[in-house]
Amino acid sequence: MRASPLRDFWVGEGGLKEVSFEEFCFVAGNEYICVVISTNRRMKMKKMLLGDEAIALGALHAGLSGVYAYPGTPSTEITEFIQNDLLARERGVRSRWCTNEKTAMEAALGMSFAGKRALVCMKHVGMNVCADAFVNAGITGVKGGLVVVAADDPSMHSSQNEQDSRFYGKFALVPILEPSDQQECYDMMADAFRLSEEVRLPVLLRIVTRLAHSRAAVEVGEPGPQNALAPDGERTRWVLLPGNAKRQYASLIAQQHGLLERAEQSPYNVLKKGKGLGVIACGIAHNYVQEALPEGISLLKVSQYPLPAEKVRELAAVSDRILVVEDGQPFAEEQVRGLLGPGYPVSGRLDEALPRTGELTPDCVAKALGVPGGKVHAPAHNLAPRPPQLCQGCGHRDVYTALNQVLADYPTARVFGDIGCYTLGALPPFKAIDSCVDMGASITMAKGAADAGIHPAVAVIGDSTFTHSGMTSLLDAVNDNAAITVILSDNLTTAMTGGQDSAGTHKFEAICLALGVEREHLHVVVPLPKNMEEITRIIREELDYKGVSVIIPQRECMQTLARKQRQKRMAAEGDFSTSSK
Amino acid sequence: MTFKMKTDIKLAGVGGQGILSIATVIGEAATTAGLYLKQAEVHGMSQRGGDVQSDLRLSTEPIHSDLIPLGGADLILSMEPMEALRYLPYLGPDGAVVTSSRPFVNIPNYPDEKALLEELDALPKVTRMDIDQVAKGLLAPRSANMVLLGMAARHLSILGPDDLRTAIRTVFGRKGDKVVEDNLKAFEAGYEGLQ
Repeated sequence: MRASPLRDFWVGEGGLKEVSFEEFCFVAGNEYICVVISTNRRMKMKKMLLGDEAIALGALHAGLSGVYAYPGTPSTEITEFIQNDLLARERGVRSRWCTNEKTAMEAALGMSFAGKRALVCMKHVGMNVCADAFVNAGITGVKGGLVVVAADDPSMHSSQNEQDSRFYGKFALVPILEPSDQQECYDMMADAFRLSEEVRLPVLLRIVTRLAHSRAAVEVGEPGPQNALAPDGERTRWVLLPGNAKRQYASLIAQQHGLLERAEQSPYNVLKKGKGLGVIACGIAHNYVQEALPEGISLLKVSQYPLPAEKVRELAAVSDRILVVEDGQPFAEEQVRGLLGPGYPVSGRLDEALPRTGELTPDCVAKALGVPGGKVHAPAHNLAPRPPQLCQGCGHRDVYTALNQVLADYPTARVFGDIGCYTLGALPPFKAIDSCVDMGASITMAKGAADAGIHPAVAVIGDSTFTHSGMTSLLDAVNDNAAITVILSDNLTTAMTGGQDSAGTHKFEAICLALGVEREHLHVVVPLPKNMEEITRIIREELDYKGVSVIIPQRECMQTLARKQRQKRMAAEGDFSTSSK
Repeated sequence: MTFKMKTDIKLAGVGGQGILSIATVIGEAATTAGLYLKQAEVHGMSQRGGDVQSDLRLSTEPIHSDLIPLGGADLILSMEPMEALRYLPYLGPDGAVVTSSRPFVNIPNYPDEKALLEELDALPKVTRMDIDQVAKGLLAPRSANMVLLGMAARHLSILGPDDLRTAIRTVFGRKGDKVVEDNLKAFEAGYEGLQ
């Protein structure tokens, strides 16, 4: 949806309808847009946006030239918004999915080197994958603004850990921004790019699931210009030979005082003085503190780091104790304890005034603030957990059915799983995998287990996970002639995150052959009940082979198939109004 | 002088039942009415046939937390009876439960249906209906969620039924007149409590 100025009003493709004398609203698809025409005739536009979408739009309006990302909950919608945005298309903003977070980070650094503004988005564990590039981008510095968005998932709604990405920002010695609401998600992007260019460093923007996936009205501005091509001429910055790197690192260290000074002065870090209890609320935690609204307290809202130490001391001076409220790990709390010393009473997650694990809730924050809760219903009796499961008709189901059938005859077999929908094969009725650790670990763990003497050692990995981090694992296995059987379950998409393009679609046989898998031990099958006999026979033969085999069950994801059919039907009915955000 | 009103809704169901469409319609109505709105959605892993929920908060005043506190919901709106019970600790003292009465059984240990409905009916404010049956009867089987919204309209003091009818027209308008009519019919059936 794009609005264009027309006399005094804005109109969009969804049409315009009158609501009141001063307000006009229109709707397009899932998006609500409200235009408020104020008395001085300055136009403000409000949009209902997810935190992720507010970040995307903020970046576009800040003159973004490219977004680089690998899908990962809860960050996926940032890139998807840009991919579907008309302004982004008009401007040729680069937005195709990358193979993994490291390739994303490096490509974005290249765009920054060329003088343009680039955005990198990932879920928190993606920071582990791109860490090499991210940390060293702090040493080289940047030219065009470079913003890295890490979407953390405390409570592990869709993740295998709840690591706090702010530690990466501190580790790399770069500024960190942490928006508290959807409006700040939008507003901070322009500031983040400006900051990045002023200090010539990447800026880390950290959000959490509840902000990424929550919708609210956001007041948006006008798109600003993109940067012109202006490659960096300073070779010594970018060639990190030890001689240059030492100089660069020293200058990064020398910059730290200035970064701290900026955080002290930042309009996002606000101290409101009261008396008694002093509260430090980081990012989204600010909302939960506001919700409980304890009277008379002092409150320091922190949304820009390095932690503003002077403001913390100022807060401590007017308070008799401090509570640190932050989502994720006790990142600020540890620093506050260090700043104020053992004599000053500080509580938070470390002393379990707030739970040590899991996301913040309005309830645990109110309790820590001493605000009494009301009476709460007891949980219901007639209740059973309802875990997610593989869709009916999904090809992964047939893969696990076949695998379980064969492995019933191999009691010593172990199956090393990976990350994707097929991780659900760990749950009943299949209970088919023995591990799931990180992207690509299935193949390499199977190899290590085979090295140690486990046989059969089976890896189950999806197509997108394979190109993300499994190809190098397979090369290791081939070079060692490891006795492993790899099941590369190919549903032609990145399904778990909602069906994004998968980097290796239609290339898997070629990739496996090129990595050295022998032709006679590479099989493509169609996972359907009618092919069960063929599939089980092939699995059985390859389990008995003492080398690397790859079996590729290949059938499109039910979800993306249904979506394509729906789109076809709608196109046939002449409805072209989809995805015109 | 306006006085403060808020409605906090816990939307519940099973992945794929269409709770987000209900949220979209309420959201559209709330935006048009000039209310503040926050809506925490569930994406990702939990969508695959598992339990899903969304916190929808409407208010005449700015809203802080994206999440509804325990004991804070004015309404639990559920596409499935056991999923309605799952969020009982979030139900406020005067809160209402509006739910489909038809179990969606995709787990082996689904509780006894009779006991489940008894527990539901023992709550002070409950409205339940076999919304799938009603939608089928209207020859609009895909509009069961709008039957539920119609039932909920009786409990949404912050929005009138006309606000919701207009929002249904706006949200489904691009899908054609037939879809709009089906959804409005379903809404009315829920609103009138027609079995």
